[in-house]
Amino acid sequence: MSTTSTEVQPHGGHGDHEHNPYHQHHFATMEQQFDTSKLGMWLFLVTEILLFGGLFVGFGLMQQRYPREFIEAHEHLKQVISGKLFPLYGAFNTIVLLVSSWTMVMGVNAAQTDQRKKLIRYLVITILLACVFLGVKYVEYEHKFHDGLLPGIFYKHQAEDIIKGTHGYATFFSFYFMMTGLHGIHVLVGIGLLGWLVVRAKRGDFTSAYYTPVDLVGLYWHIVDMIWIYLFPLYYLIS
Amino acid sequence: MDWLRAWMMPPQGSAFAKEIDFVYMSLFWLSVVLFLMIAIPSVYFPWRYRYKLGRVTPHQTHNTTLEVLWSVGPLILCIGIFFWGLNGWMKYAVAPGEAMEISVTAKQWLWQFEYPDQSRTINDIHVPVNKPVKFTMTSEDVLHDFYVPDMRVKHDIIPGRYTQIWFTPTVLGEHSFTCAEYCGKDHSGMKGKLTVDTDADFAKWMETGGTEWEDYFNGKDPKKTPADWGKITYERVGCNSCHTVDGTKSKGPSWKGVYGSMVPLNNGTSVLADENYIRESMMNPQAKIVQGYDPIMPTFQGLLKPNQVNGLVAYIESLK
Amino acid sequence: MEPVLTSGARIGDRPRPRKNYLNETKGIWSWMTTVDHKRIGIMYLVATLTAFLLGGIFALLVRLTLLTPQHKLFGLQVTAETYNRFFTLHGAIMVFLFIIPSIPGSLTNFVLPLMLGAKDVAFPRLNLASFYLWIVGAVMAVASMIIGAVDTGWTFYTPYSTTTSGTVTLMTAAVFVLGFSSIFTGLNFIATVHKLRAPGMGWFDMPLFVWGMYSTAVIQVLATPVLGITLVLLMLERVFQIGIFDSRIGGDPVLFQHFFWFYSHPAVYIMILPGMAIISELIPTFSRKTIFGYRAIAYSSVSLALLSFIVWGHHMFVAGQSQLATVVFSALTFLVAIPSGVKVFNWLTTMYKGNISLETPMLYAISFLMLFAIGGLTGIFLGTLSTDIHLTDTYFVVAHFHYVMMGSTVTAFIGGLHYWWPKMTGRMPSEKWGRVAAVLWFIGFNATFLPQFILGSRGMPRRYYNYLDQFQPLHAFSTVGSWIIGLSLFTTAAYLLASLRKPADAPDNPWGGTTMEWQTSSPPITHNFEDTPVLEHEPYDYRPRTVAH
Repeated sequence: MSTTSTEVQPHGGHGDHEHNPYHQHHFATMEQQFDTSKLGMWLFLVTEILLFGGLFVGFGLMQQRYPREFIEAHEHLKQVISGKLFPLYGAFNTIVLLVSSWTMVMGVNAAQTDQRKKLIRYLVITILLACVFLGVKYVEYEHKFHDGLLPGIFYKHQAEDIIKGTHGYATFFSFYFMMTGLHGIHVLVGIGLLGWLVVRAKRGDFTSAYYTPVDLVGLYWHIVDMIWIYLFPLYYLIS
Repeated sequence: MDWLRAWMMPPQGSAFAKEIDFVYMSLFWLSVVLFLMIAIPSVYFPWRYRYKLGRVTPHQTHNTTLEVLWSVGPLILCIGIFFWGLNGWMKYAVAPGEAMEISVTAKQWLWQFEYPDQSRTINDIHVPVNKPVKFTMTSEDVLHDFYVPDMRVKHDIIPGRYTQIWFTPTVLGEHSFTCAEYCGKDHSGMKGKLTVDTDADFAKWMETGGTEWEDYFNGKDPKKTPADWGKITYERVGCNSCHTVDGTKSKGPSWKGVYGSMVPLNNGTSVLADENYIRESMMNPQAKIVQGYDPIMPTFQGLLKPNQVNGLVAYIESLK
Repeated sequence: MEPVLTSGARIGDRPRPRKNYLNETKGIWSWMTTVDHKRIGIMYLVATLTAFLLGGIFALLVRLTLLTPQHKLFGLQVTAETYNRFFTLHGAIMVFLFIIPSIPGSLTNFVLPLMLGAKDVAFPRLNLASFYLWIVGAVMAVASMIIGAVDTGWTFYTPYSTTTSGTVTLMTAAVFVLGFSSIFTGLNFIATVHKLRAPGMGWFDMPLFVWGMYSTAVIQVLATPVLGITLVLLMLERVFQIGIFDSRIGGDPVLFQHFFWFYSHPAVYIMILPGMAIISELIPTFSRKTIFGYRAIAYSSVSLALLSFIVWGHHMFVAGQSQLATVVFSALTFLVAIPSGVKVFNWLTTMYKGNISLETPMLYAISFLMLFAIGGLTGIFLGTLSTDIHLTDTYFVVAHFHYVMMGSTVTAFIGGLHYWWPKMTGRMPSEKWGRVAAVLWFIGFNATFLPQFILGSRGMPRRYYNYLDQFQPLHAFSTVGSWIIGLSLFTTAAYLLASLRKPADAPDNPWGGTTMEWQTSSPPITHNFEDTPVLEHEPYDYRPRTVAH
């Protein structure tokens, strides 16, 4: 959901006291405004975690229902099958996102210290890393589509290690696509937000006195990374 | 105060129902008292302390004793009620081992019951009085709920799962049961009749094997003939595991074209396959063995109800 | 009838400011793009009341259909399918489009910042976004009724909801969108309460209304995402058959109920806590006496919010959950009685030795006390395991939750609407007609729903198109009651709208309230207060004093 970050946009310069152009009239100080925005973002992130939490719980319960099928499907993701390195894709993507978290931190730091060029540089690197993540994801999805490892009614894998048409497998891949897909949507939204930050940073909106959007998008980006840190072992490591 | 109970609750069909009603009525009177404790002051205070210009109200912010009192008091009451409810529920949750078991299959929008002897009924159950009955239930489509108001029991029926319910009926006569979980268009029409019989009546009813067969013999529905009933029986009691109806040979001879023909036997003679021969083959299968077959057929004496035998004869006749 | 003014903490009358939030800017566009919490509150009020009207029409149709076992509606035969759609739409509209968003979106949006002495909510744009999400959700819900039909009941139980035809997917998508509207409202209120209280206002200086709405907002933020994901799973199950809820493709229908009630039980408290919050304002104001047990009421709101998350299984005592779960959920359910009781006893003690006047809002508050008592006490029958077996899924449950959702929440909502109407519009509504409508409401409500307890305990299952002839008198009684409710609401709508035609006549503080919203003009100026107000006394302090202004 990208809507949350819109409230930190400038509200217009009305009001009669001397202040930062991004100071909204209903806050007494910039500090109060920053704290409030940050609280709002944290609350939103709590809802994000609960949203994914529902899927994690659903996955756990379905795993209990189909322990054998889920383990075999896990094995499929873990194994190197006909030259397709699924677990390596996952591990590589994990590293990509971890590095992007670091570049995001550096970006926020640059905003805090009025280093506009550095801020833009780090934001762009973060965007590029996010694109790499999605690119790898695309290749991985491509293989799954090709093998018919698809959710629900579209599941039609014919390989020997997985029996076609058994409920548990289709359910496993339903969850795989729902969870990685929802995560992928969040990465896409993140790219959009980062791009918006780049535009504003180029315009010179951010200073050490006002860098709320950078900070909040940073928080969002860390949560997106953190969710992947849970998704990766769930699908690629545990069995 | 029994009229009040009789007005608020359905007739009592079991000892369990009496127990539930006692809890219900106790809670009812408790609620009346508690309601008055709230309603009387909320009407009396506005009258007693009605607005007067210049009246100064006391500044009472709190009273810890009172707060503790009206927190702990209800808590103790609630704990008591919880255990009381638990006590009754335990009886509902665990069926006695000796209970007669009836399988229930619910589907949109009818009930199918199967007795231990595999006889079946639709929307109609007979049970013996004063004996525990256990229902093992499943659904073929969506959620349903087996609800017998007079017994004060209900439980959801879930596709892909088996759930249970039990009661010991103590009152002879007709009671109703109904679906209590929304299941679509005819949800409210999904009901039936529970008849509690004396042991003798129940035994008699069981002899005829349910009531489903009656539809096939009353001639009201041209799509339901005795032969159709025979076909159902053929599949249900397992004749089809040894006898085909298309002429191919199986463990036993095929039924196709057998009626009215001369059947060669293993002792070299042959016999006319008429009604008597067919009846004899079911009840005393070793009496005459068809040439080329082993004497492996078990007797169906006592397993087949008269209506099933009649149906089977009609069915074989129809395959002529 | 003149409003009763008291010797309490009334603010001296000031000249009415020429500009206020209603006339500062003009034109429809200035409303549609507003970020003023007061205007958004008014828009939410109009929108949710429209939904209330729609849901109410379906309620009347349901009752009319049940008037006789022949199901004639103005001479037309109502089929079972039509009836099933009536009650589904009644439930879905009332729950998702009216009760959940109404008090938070309309009254709270308007008064919560005023009560805190704030200029606006924390995130004004998000507030507007929340309103537009409501509109999108409402349009989708109405579209699902027009282009198809939904007959699943508002609970969307699987596997019926995954297999029935009709526009169930669109309706669930609508509810998903409405869920995010609700999340954004809740998020906004939490941040506002934490960060935008007036200088000097500590947590225990906040009005109890704020405490109640804060607790509500916590539930909105913590429970609604789970509903969101549940509905997504339901939609995917319908479209892709992912095999989670439908047993035919390997799913577990009971799991859906767990997911659904994990949200929808807390949602019950999203509905009732705002009602309790309003009552906590009305009773001290019209008793002209400080609230008794301020902290106990505040804590009980928070503890109800927390308890709401651990009792969902009491909807499923006979639904096939594990027996241990059933016992544990029953035990936990009884805990809910404690904070609810604490509130009621504190309200009653507040009235004791008060100086009570019976203006329209107070009539609704007293109705609330009695109706909530019935709603709460009948909850004991359903929490008790042995009686619940018989009563669950019958009209007893229908009557019980209507006493809580409608008899309590809607009663409080109407009371609150009258209470803050002068502040919102600058007009005093007719006191005479107000009292007539309040009495009609109380009579009509009881006439409609008391018979349903008896129907239920006698074994009439809910969501039933057909019923036995023996139930006809009680059904007829209930239907006549629904007409009285309709008459009462029609009257209310008429005199409230009529009050808008007269010139502004409401004083700043018509009821002698002590909370901050009464310190500004009626209607307030766009920025709420001329000067940022400073807390001078605890809320509900009715001791005589010389007023500072």
